[in-house]
Amino acid sequence: MDDDHAHGADHGHDHQAVPSDLALRVKSLESLLVEKGLVDPAALDALVDAYAHKIGPRNGARVVARAWVDPAYKRRLLADATAAIAELGYGGAQGEHMRVAENTPTVHNLVVCTLCSCYPWPVLGLPPVWYKSAAYRARAVIDPRGVLREFGLEVPEHVEVRVWDSTAEIRYLVLPERPAGSEGLGEEALAALVTRDAMIGVAKPAVPRAGRTA
Amino acid sequence: MNGIHDMGGMHGLGPVRPESNEPVFHEAWEGRVFALNSAMAAWRKWNIDAGRHQVELIPPADYLRLSYYAQRLTRLVELMIKRGLVTREEVETGRPARNAPRAQPPLAAERVPAAIRTGVPASREAAVAPRFTVTQRVRARTMHPAGHTRLPRYVRGKIGTVERDHGVYVFPDTNAFFLGENPQHVYSVRFAARELWGDQASPRDSVSLDLWDNYLEPA
Repeated sequence: MDDDHAHGADHGHDHQAVPSDLALRVKSLESLLVEKGLVDPAALDALVDAYAHKIGPRNGARVVARAWVDPAYKRRLLADATAAIAELGYGGAQGEHMRVAENTPTVHNLVVCTLCSCYPWPVLGLPPVWYKSAAYRARAVIDPRGVLREFGLEVPEHVEVRVWDSTAEIRYLVLPERPAGSEGLGEEALAALVTRDAMIGVAKPAVPRAGRTA
Repeated sequence: MNGIHDMGGMHGLGPVRPESNEPVFHEAWEGRVFALNSAMAAWRKWNIDAGRHQVELIPPADYLRLSYYAQRLTRLVELMIKRGLVTREEVETGRPARNAPRAQPPLAAERVPAAIRTGVPASREAAVAPRFTVTQRVRARTMHPAGHTRLPRYVRGKIGTVERDHGVYVFPDTNAFFLGENPQHVYSVRFAARELWGDQASPRDSVSLDLWDNYLEPA
Protein backbone atom coordinates (compact mmCIF):
# COMPACT_ATOMS: atom_id res chain seq x y z
CA MET A 1 0.00 0.00 0.00
CA ASP A 2 1.24 3.47 -0.76
CA ASP A 3 0.88 6.43 1.57
CA ASP A 4 -2.18 7.82 -0.16
CA HIS A 5 -4.24 4.92 1.09
CA ALA A 6 -3.61 5.99 4.65
CA HIS A 7 -5.88 8.99 4.07
CA GLY A 8 -8.79 6.63 4.30
CA ALA A 9 -12.04 5.96 2.53
CA ASP A 10 -12.97 9.64 2.17
CA HIS A 11 -10.54 10.02 -0.68
CA GLY A 12 -10.83 6.48 -2.02
CA HIS A 13 -12.49 7.53 -5.24
CA ASP A 14 -9.41 9.49 -6.23
CA HIS A 15 -7.25 6.39 -6.42
CA GLN A 16 -7.48 3.55 -8.90
CA ALA A 17 -5.85 1.12 -6.48
CA VAL A 18 -8.60 1.45 -3.88
CA PRO A 19 -11.50 -0.91 -4.60
CA SER A 20 -14.57 1.10 -5.50
CA ASP A 21 -17.78 0.85 -3.54
CA LEU A 22 -19.21 -1.09 -6.47
CA ALA A 23 -16.31 -3.53 -6.53
CA LEU A 24 -16.82 -4.20 -2.83
CA ARG A 25 -20.57 -4.64 -3.21
CA VAL A 26 -20.09 -7.09 -6.07
CA LYS A 27 -17.50 -9.04 -4.11
CA SER A 28 -19.82 -9.25 -1.13
CA LEU A 29 -22.74 -10.33 -3.33
CA GLU A 30 -20.70 -13.01 -5.06
CA SER A 31 -19.50 -14.48 -1.79
CA LEU A 32 -23.09 -14.53 -0.47
CA LEU A 33 -24.35 -16.33 -3.57
CA VAL A 34 -21.49 -18.83 -3.50
CA GLU A 35 -22.04 -19.51 0.20
CA LYS A 36 -25.74 -20.11 -0.40
CA GLY A 37 -24.88 -22.52 -3.21
CA LEU A 38 -26.69 -20.35 -5.76
CA VAL A 39 -23.72 -19.96 -8.10
CA ASP A 40 -20.61 -21.96 -8.90
CA PRO A 41 -17.63 -19.55 -8.86
CA ALA A 42 -15.90 -21.64 -11.54
CA ALA A 43 -18.95 -21.09 -13.79
CA LEU A 44 -18.52 -17.32 -13.26
CA ASP A 45 -14.86 -17.59 -14.29
CA ALA A 46 -15.88 -19.57 -17.38
CA LEU A 47 -18.51 -16.98 -18.35
CA VAL A 48 -16.08 -14.07 -17.97
CA ASP A 49 -13.41 -15.94 -19.91
CA ALA A 50 -15.80 -16.81 -22.75
CA TYR A 51 -16.78 -13.19 -23.40
CA ALA A 52 -13.44 -11.57 -22.52
CA HIS A 53 -11.38 -13.89 -24.73
CA LYS A 54 -13.38 -16.18 -27.02
CA ILE A 55 -16.60 -14.62 -28.27
CA GLY A 56 -16.03 -11.35 -30.11
CA PRO A 57 -16.14 -9.49 -33.41
CA ARG A 58 -13.59 -11.80 -35.04
CA ASN A 59 -16.48 -14.29 -35.31
CA GLY A 60 -18.62 -11.84 -37.23
CA ALA A 61 -15.66 -10.87 -39.41
CA ARG A 62 -15.31 -14.51 -40.51
CA VAL A 63 -19.01 -14.59 -41.41
CA VAL A 64 -18.62 -11.42 -43.49
CA ALA A 65 -15.45 -12.63 -45.22
CA ARG A 66 -17.11 -15.94 -46.11
CA ALA A 67 -20.08 -14.07 -47.59
CA TRP A 68 -17.66 -11.95 -49.66
CA VAL A 69 -15.90 -14.95 -51.20
CA ASP A 70 -18.76 -17.45 -51.45
CA PRO A 71 -21.93 -16.24 -53.24
CA ALA A 72 -23.89 -19.35 -52.27
CA TYR A 73 -23.01 -18.77 -48.59
CA LYS A 74 -24.07 -15.12 -48.90
CA ARG A 75 -27.44 -16.19 -50.30
CA ARG A 76 -27.94 -18.56 -47.36
CA LEU A 77 -26.81 -15.84 -44.93
CA LEU A 78 -29.35 -13.35 -46.24
CA ALA A 79 -32.13 -15.97 -46.36
CA ASP A 80 -31.52 -17.60 -42.95
CA ALA A 81 -28.76 -15.86 -41.03
CA THR A 82 -29.10 -18.01 -37.89
CA ALA A 83 -28.47 -21.22 -39.87
CA ALA A 84 -25.71 -19.76 -42.04
CA ILE A 85 -23.87 -18.33 -39.02
CA ALA A 86 -24.19 -21.72 -37.29
CA GLU A 87 -22.40 -23.28 -40.28
CA LEU A 88 -19.28 -21.44 -39.08
CA GLY A 89 -19.85 -22.64 -35.53
CA TYR A 90 -21.39 -19.52 -34.00
CA GLY A 91 -24.74 -19.07 -32.32
CA GLY A 92 -26.57 -19.20 -29.01
CA ALA A 93 -27.09 -16.58 -26.31
CA GLN A 94 -28.30 -13.27 -27.81
CA GLY A 95 -27.93 -14.66 -31.33
CA GLU A 96 -30.71 -17.23 -31.22
CA HIS A 97 -32.55 -15.38 -34.01
CA MET A 98 -30.26 -13.58 -36.45
CA ARG A 99 -30.83 -11.34 -39.45
CA VAL A 100 -28.18 -9.90 -41.74
CA ALA A 101 -28.69 -6.49 -43.38
CA GLU A 102 -26.67 -6.05 -46.55
CA ASN A 103 -25.05 -2.76 -47.47
CA THR A 104 -25.10 -1.92 -51.19
CA PRO A 105 -24.07 1.12 -53.24
CA THR A 106 -27.53 2.56 -52.51
CA VAL A 107 -28.31 1.29 -48.99
CA HIS A 108 -26.43 1.79 -45.72
CA ASN A 109 -27.62 -0.12 -42.64
CA LEU A 110 -27.23 0.92 -39.01
CA VAL A 111 -28.14 -1.15 -35.94
CA VAL A 112 -29.32 0.20 -32.58
CA CYS A 113 -31.37 -0.85 -29.57
CA THR A 114 -33.22 2.24 -28.37
CA LEU A 115 -34.92 0.46 -25.43
CA CYS A 116 -31.92 -1.30 -23.88
CA SER A 117 -28.74 -2.79 -25.30
CA CYS A 118 -29.68 -5.70 -27.60
CA TYR A 119 -26.67 -6.80 -29.64
CA PRO A 120 -25.64 -9.99 -31.48
CA TRP A 121 -23.27 -11.52 -28.92
CA PRO A 122 -22.21 -14.70 -30.78
CA VAL A 123 -20.82 -12.72 -33.72
CA LEU A 124 -19.80 -9.40 -32.09
CA GLY A 125 -19.25 -10.23 -28.42
CA LEU A 126 -20.53 -7.84 -25.76
CA PRO A 127 -21.40 -4.30 -26.92
CA PRO A 128 -19.05 -1.34 -26.43
CA VAL A 129 -20.06 1.39 -23.95
CA TRP A 130 -21.02 3.85 -26.71
CA TYR A 131 -23.53 1.39 -28.20
CA LYS A 132 -25.29 1.20 -24.81
CA SER A 133 -25.02 4.94 -24.20
CA ALA A 134 -28.04 7.23 -23.95
CA ALA A 135 -26.61 9.43 -26.70
CA TYR A 136 -26.40 6.64 -29.29
CA ARG A 137 -29.74 5.07 -28.36
CA ALA A 138 -31.49 8.45 -28.55
CA ARG A 139 -29.91 9.74 -31.75
CA ALA A 140 -29.39 6.72 -34.02
CA VAL A 141 -33.08 6.72 -34.99
CA ILE A 142 -33.71 10.48 -35.31
CA ASP A 143 -30.34 11.62 -36.64
CA PRO A 144 -28.52 8.60 -38.08
CA ARG A 145 -26.57 10.67 -40.59
CA GLY A 146 -25.36 13.01 -37.84
CA VAL A 147 -24.24 10.05 -35.72
CA LEU A 148 -22.44 8.50 -38.70
CA ARG A 149 -20.70 11.80 -39.40
CA GLU A 150 -19.35 11.79 -35.84
CA PHE A 151 -17.90 8.36 -36.58
CA GLY A 152 -16.27 9.87 -39.68
CA LEU A 153 -18.71 8.38 -42.14
CA GLU A 154 -20.42 10.76 -44.55
CA VAL A 155 -23.29 8.92 -46.28
CA PRO A 156 -24.14 10.61 -49.61
CA GLU A 157 -27.68 11.97 -49.99
CA HIS A 158 -28.53 9.46 -52.73
CA VAL A 159 -27.78 6.54 -50.40
CA GLU A 160 -30.65 5.38 -48.23
CA VAL A 161 -29.91 4.96 -44.51
CA ARG A 162 -31.85 2.08 -42.99
CA VAL A 163 -31.86 1.95 -39.22
CA TRP A 164 -32.73 -1.32 -37.47
CA ASP A 165 -34.06 -0.82 -33.94
CA SER A 166 -33.69 -4.19 -32.16
CA THR A 167 -37.00 -4.09 -30.32
CA ALA A 168 -37.63 -7.87 -30.27
CA GLU A 169 -35.41 -10.97 -29.99
CA ILE A 170 -34.07 -10.72 -33.53
CA ARG A 171 -30.45 -9.58 -33.59
CA TYR A 172 -28.89 -7.72 -36.53
CA LEU A 173 -25.50 -7.93 -38.20
CA VAL A 174 -24.56 -5.55 -41.02
CA LEU A 175 -22.90 -7.13 -44.05
CA PRO A 176 -20.63 -4.32 -45.25
CA GLU A 177 -19.64 -3.87 -48.89
CA ARG A 178 -16.40 -5.55 -49.83
CA PRO A 179 -13.84 -2.76 -50.16
CA ALA A 180 -12.33 -1.89 -53.51
CA GLY A 181 -8.80 -3.17 -53.85
CA SER A 182 -9.49 -6.38 -51.92
CA GLU A 183 -9.95 -8.54 -55.02
CA GLY A 184 -6.81 -10.60 -54.59
CA LEU A 185 -7.20 -11.25 -50.87
CA GLY A 186 -8.06 -14.61 -49.31
CA GLU A 187 -10.73 -15.17 -46.70
CA GLU A 188 -8.40 -14.68 -43.71
CA ALA A 189 -7.00 -11.42 -45.04
CA LEU A 190 -10.49 -10.20 -45.84
CA ALA A 191 -11.70 -10.99 -42.33
CA ALA A 192 -8.89 -8.82 -40.98
CA LEU A 193 -10.43 -5.82 -42.79
CA VAL A 194 -13.81 -6.26 -41.10
CA THR A 195 -14.17 -4.21 -37.93
CA ARG A 196 -16.82 -4.43 -35.23
CA ASP A 197 -17.98 -0.93 -36.12
CA ALA A 198 -18.47 -1.91 -39.77
CA MET A 199 -20.77 -4.75 -38.65
CA ILE A 200 -22.85 -2.34 -36.50
CA GLY A 201 -22.97 0.07 -39.43
CA VAL A 202 -21.03 3.04 -38.02
CA ALA A 203 -17.96 2.45 -40.21
CA LYS A 204 -16.82 0.93 -43.47
CA PRO A 205 -14.35 -1.96 -43.57
CA ALA A 206 -10.69 -1.02 -43.63
CA VAL A 207 -9.19 -0.43 -47.05
CA PRO A 208 -6.56 -3.04 -47.90
CA ARG A 209 -3.00 -1.70 -47.98
CA ALA A 210 -2.52 -2.41 -51.67
CA GLY A 211 -5.84 -0.72 -52.37
CA ARG A 212 -4.63 2.58 -50.94
CA THR A 213 -2.08 3.03 -53.68
CA ALA A 214 -4.08 1.39 -56.46
CA MET B 1 -43.95 2.08 -19.31
CA ASN B 2 -43.12 5.57 -20.56
CA GLY B 3 -39.76 5.39 -18.84
CA ILE B 4 -36.35 6.95 -19.32
CA HIS B 5 -35.20 3.73 -21.03
CA ASP B 6 -37.40 4.56 -24.04
CA MET B 7 -34.85 6.96 -25.49
CA GLY B 8 -35.34 6.87 -29.24
CA GLY B 9 -35.55 10.44 -30.57
CA MET B 10 -34.59 12.25 -27.35
CA HIS B 11 -32.43 15.38 -27.54
CA GLY B 12 -29.84 16.71 -25.15
CA LEU B 13 -28.01 13.50 -24.30
CA GLY B 14 -24.74 14.64 -25.85
CA PRO B 15 -22.47 13.31 -28.57
CA VAL B 16 -21.65 9.63 -29.02
CA ARG B 17 -18.22 9.00 -27.51
CA PRO B 18 -16.48 5.95 -28.94
CA GLU B 19 -13.44 4.72 -27.02
CA SER B 20 -10.47 3.36 -28.95
CA ASN B 21 -9.18 -0.07 -27.95
CA GLU B 22 -12.02 -0.48 -25.50
CA PRO B 23 -11.68 -3.50 -23.20
CA VAL B 24 -14.65 -5.89 -22.89
CA PHE B 25 -14.78 -5.15 -19.16
CA HIS B 26 -13.29 -1.92 -17.82
CA GLU B 27 -12.99 -3.30 -14.30
CA ALA B 28 -13.00 -6.82 -12.95
CA TRP B 29 -16.27 -6.27 -11.06
CA GLU B 30 -18.07 -5.59 -14.35
CA GLY B 31 -17.16 -9.06 -15.58
CA ARG B 32 -18.39 -10.57 -12.31
CA VAL B 33 -21.71 -8.70 -12.60
CA PHE B 34 -22.10 -9.92 -16.16
CA ALA B 35 -21.37 -13.51 -15.11
CA LEU B 36 -23.58 -13.33 -12.00
CA ASN B 37 -26.51 -12.21 -14.15
CA SER B 38 -25.97 -15.09 -16.58
CA ALA B 39 -25.41 -17.70 -13.88
CA MET B 40 -28.40 -16.61 -11.79
CA ALA B 41 -30.65 -16.63 -14.88
CA ALA B 42 -30.05 -20.40 -14.93
CA TRP B 43 -32.37 -20.65 -11.91
CA ARG B 44 -35.19 -19.75 -14.34
CA LYS B 45 -36.83 -17.68 -11.61
CA TRP B 46 -37.30 -14.87 -14.12
CA ASN B 47 -37.15 -14.40 -17.86
CA ILE B 48 -35.50 -11.91 -20.21
CA ASP B 49 -38.58 -9.68 -20.24
CA ALA B 50 -38.83 -9.55 -16.45
CA GLY B 51 -35.12 -8.75 -16.40
CA ARG B 52 -35.50 -5.88 -18.86
CA HIS B 53 -38.45 -4.51 -16.93
CA GLN B 54 -36.45 -4.56 -13.71
CA VAL B 55 -33.92 -2.20 -15.32
CA GLU B 56 -36.77 0.04 -16.47
CA LEU B 57 -37.89 0.34 -12.84
CA ILE B 58 -34.64 2.10 -11.87
CA PRO B 59 -35.69 5.74 -11.18
CA PRO B 60 -34.86 7.97 -14.17
CA ALA B 61 -32.19 10.10 -12.49
CA ASP B 62 -30.41 6.95 -11.26
CA TYR B 63 -30.82 5.24 -14.62
CA LEU B 64 -28.94 8.07 -16.33
CA ARG B 65 -26.26 8.25 -13.66
CA LEU B 66 -25.51 4.54 -13.32
CA SER B 67 -23.18 2.74 -15.70
CA TYR B 68 -24.53 -0.24 -17.62
CA TYR B 69 -23.01 -2.77 -15.23
CA ALA B 70 -24.13 -0.80 -12.17
CA GLN B 71 -27.67 -1.00 -13.60
CA ARG B 72 -27.19 -4.74 -14.08
CA LEU B 73 -26.13 -5.09 -10.45
CA THR B 74 -29.24 -3.27 -9.22
CA ARG B 75 -31.39 -5.37 -11.54
CA LEU B 76 -29.92 -8.65 -10.31
CA VAL B 77 -30.30 -7.80 -6.63
CA GLU B 78 -33.92 -6.70 -7.02
CA LEU B 79 -34.85 -9.76 -9.10
CA MET B 80 -33.27 -12.16 -6.61
CA ILE B 81 -35.08 -10.54 -3.70
CA LYS B 82 -38.40 -10.43 -5.55
CA ARG B 83 -38.13 -14.09 -6.53
CA GLY B 84 -37.07 -15.27 -3.10
CA LEU B 85 -33.51 -16.39 -3.83
CA VAL B 86 -32.02 -13.98 -1.27
CA THR B 87 -33.28 -11.50 1.27
CA ARG B 88 -32.38 -7.82 1.38
CA GLU B 89 -30.78 -8.40 4.74
CA GLU B 90 -28.54 -11.09 3.27
CA VAL B 91 -27.47 -8.73 0.48
CA GLU B 92 -26.76 -5.95 2.99
CA THR B 93 -24.73 -8.15 5.34
CA GLY B 94 -23.18 -10.35 2.67
CA ARG B 95 -23.97 -13.37 4.91
CA PRO B 96 -26.60 -16.09 4.49
CA ALA B 97 -29.45 -15.94 7.00
CA ARG B 98 -29.14 -18.34 9.93
CA ASN B 99 -30.43 -21.77 8.91
CA ALA B 100 -30.64 -20.76 5.23
CA PRO B 101 -30.65 -23.96 3.15
CA ARG B 102 -27.65 -24.57 0.94
CA ALA B 103 -28.60 -24.97 -2.73
CA GLN B 104 -26.96 -26.70 -5.68
CA PRO B 105 -25.98 -24.26 -8.46
CA PRO B 106 -27.94 -25.04 -11.66
CA LEU B 107 -25.08 -23.92 -13.90
CA ALA B 108 -21.83 -25.84 -13.37
CA ALA B 109 -18.62 -24.58 -14.97
CA GLU B 110 -18.41 -27.49 -17.41
CA ARG B 111 -21.89 -26.69 -18.72
CA VAL B 112 -21.12 -23.03 -19.49
CA PRO B 113 -20.03 -23.51 -23.13
CA ALA B 114 -23.15 -25.56 -23.92
CA ALA B 115 -25.40 -23.05 -22.15
CA ILE B 116 -23.91 -20.18 -24.17
CA ARG B 117 -24.17 -22.17 -27.39
CA THR B 118 -27.85 -23.03 -26.77
CA GLY B 119 -29.04 -19.67 -25.53
CA VAL B 120 -32.70 -19.16 -24.72
CA PRO B 121 -34.74 -19.07 -27.94
CA ALA B 122 -37.81 -16.83 -27.77
CA SER B 123 -39.51 -18.32 -30.83
CA ARG B 124 -42.36 -20.78 -30.35
CA GLU B 125 -43.78 -23.53 -32.55
CA ALA B 126 -47.34 -22.56 -31.57
CA ALA B 127 -49.77 -22.57 -34.51
CA VAL B 128 -50.85 -18.95 -34.30
CA ALA B 129 -52.26 -17.26 -37.40
CA PRO B 130 -50.62 -13.97 -38.43
CA ARG B 131 -52.94 -10.96 -38.39
CA PHE B 132 -50.90 -9.09 -40.99
CA THR B 133 -49.19 -9.90 -44.27
CA VAL B 134 -45.96 -8.76 -45.89
CA THR B 135 -46.38 -5.45 -47.81
CA GLN B 136 -49.43 -4.54 -45.69
CA ARG B 137 -49.60 -1.00 -44.31
CA VAL B 138 -50.05 -1.00 -40.55
CA ARG B 139 -50.32 1.52 -37.76
CA ALA B 140 -48.43 1.07 -34.51
CA ARG B 141 -51.11 1.33 -31.84
CA THR B 142 -51.39 4.33 -29.60
CA MET B 143 -51.04 2.82 -26.17
CA HIS B 144 -49.27 3.71 -22.96
CA PRO B 145 -49.07 0.62 -20.75
CA ALA B 146 -47.61 1.35 -17.33
CA GLY B 147 -45.93 -2.09 -17.35
CA HIS B 148 -43.38 -3.55 -19.74
CA THR B 149 -43.66 -3.09 -23.49
CA ARG B 150 -41.30 -3.19 -26.44
CA LEU B 151 -43.29 -0.67 -28.47
CA PRO B 152 -41.24 2.54 -28.28
CA ARG B 153 -43.04 5.85 -27.95
CA TYR B 154 -41.53 7.25 -31.13
CA VAL B 155 -43.51 4.87 -33.39
CA ARG B 156 -46.86 4.86 -31.59
CA GLY B 157 -49.59 6.09 -33.93
CA LYS B 158 -47.24 6.01 -36.94
CA ILE B 159 -47.85 4.15 -40.18
CA GLY B 160 -45.37 1.67 -41.62
CA THR B 161 -45.16 -1.33 -43.92
CA VAL B 162 -44.76 -4.97 -42.94
CA GLU B 163 -41.57 -6.15 -44.64
CA ARG B 164 -41.14 -9.56 -43.11
CA ASP B 165 -42.93 -12.01 -40.85
CA HIS B 166 -40.32 -13.32 -38.42
CA GLY B 167 -42.60 -16.06 -37.08
CA VAL B 168 -44.07 -16.63 -33.62
CA TYR B 169 -42.41 -15.30 -30.45
CA VAL B 170 -43.12 -14.89 -26.76
CA PHE B 171 -45.00 -11.64 -26.03
CA PRO B 172 -42.94 -9.51 -23.61
CA ASP B 173 -45.77 -7.41 -22.19
CA THR B 174 -47.29 -10.41 -20.38
CA ASN B 175 -44.20 -12.59 -20.04
CA ALA B 176 -42.44 -9.88 -18.03
CA PHE B 177 -45.05 -10.36 -15.30
CA PHE B 178 -45.24 -14.18 -15.56
CA LEU B 179 -48.75 -13.79 -17.00
CA GLY B 180 -48.18 -16.15 -19.91
CA GLU B 181 -46.15 -16.23 -23.08
CA ASN B 182 -49.05 -15.28 -25.42
CA PRO B 183 -47.00 -16.37 -28.46
CA GLN B 184 -47.77 -14.31 -31.55
CA HIS B 185 -46.23 -13.17 -34.82
CA VAL B 186 -43.46 -10.60 -34.87
CA TYR B 187 -42.97 -8.54 -38.01
CA SER B 188 -40.25 -6.30 -39.32
CA VAL B 189 -42.15 -3.05 -39.88
CA ARG B 190 -40.48 -0.28 -41.82
CA PHE B 191 -41.33 3.35 -41.12
CA ALA B 192 -40.25 6.18 -43.41
CA ALA B 193 -37.99 8.52 -41.45
CA ARG B 194 -40.27 11.42 -42.45
CA GLU B 195 -43.32 9.62 -41.04
CA LEU B 196 -41.50 9.49 -37.69
CA TRP B 197 -39.63 12.81 -37.64
CA GLY B 198 -41.13 15.08 -40.29
CA ASP B 199 -39.31 17.19 -42.83
CA GLN B 200 -36.04 17.30 -40.91
CA ALA B 201 -35.41 13.66 -41.90
CA SER B 202 -33.98 12.55 -45.22
CA PRO B 203 -36.76 11.49 -47.63
CA ARG B 204 -34.85 8.27 -48.40
CA ASP B 205 -34.22 7.05 -44.88
CA SER B 206 -36.23 4.62 -42.80
CA VAL B 207 -36.33 2.94 -39.40
CA SER B 208 -37.39 -0.70 -39.06
CA LEU B 209 -38.65 -2.17 -35.81
CA ASP B 210 -39.63 -5.71 -34.88
CA LEU B 211 -43.18 -5.48 -33.60
CA TRP B 212 -45.63 -8.02 -32.20
CA ASP B 213 -49.14 -8.55 -33.56
CA ASN B 214 -50.66 -6.90 -30.49
CA TYR B 215 -48.77 -3.67 -31.20
CA LEU B 216 -50.31 -3.22 -34.66
CA GLU B 217 -53.61 -2.38 -36.34
CA PRO B 218 -54.51 -2.17 -40.02
CA ALA B 219 -53.85 1.26 -41.52
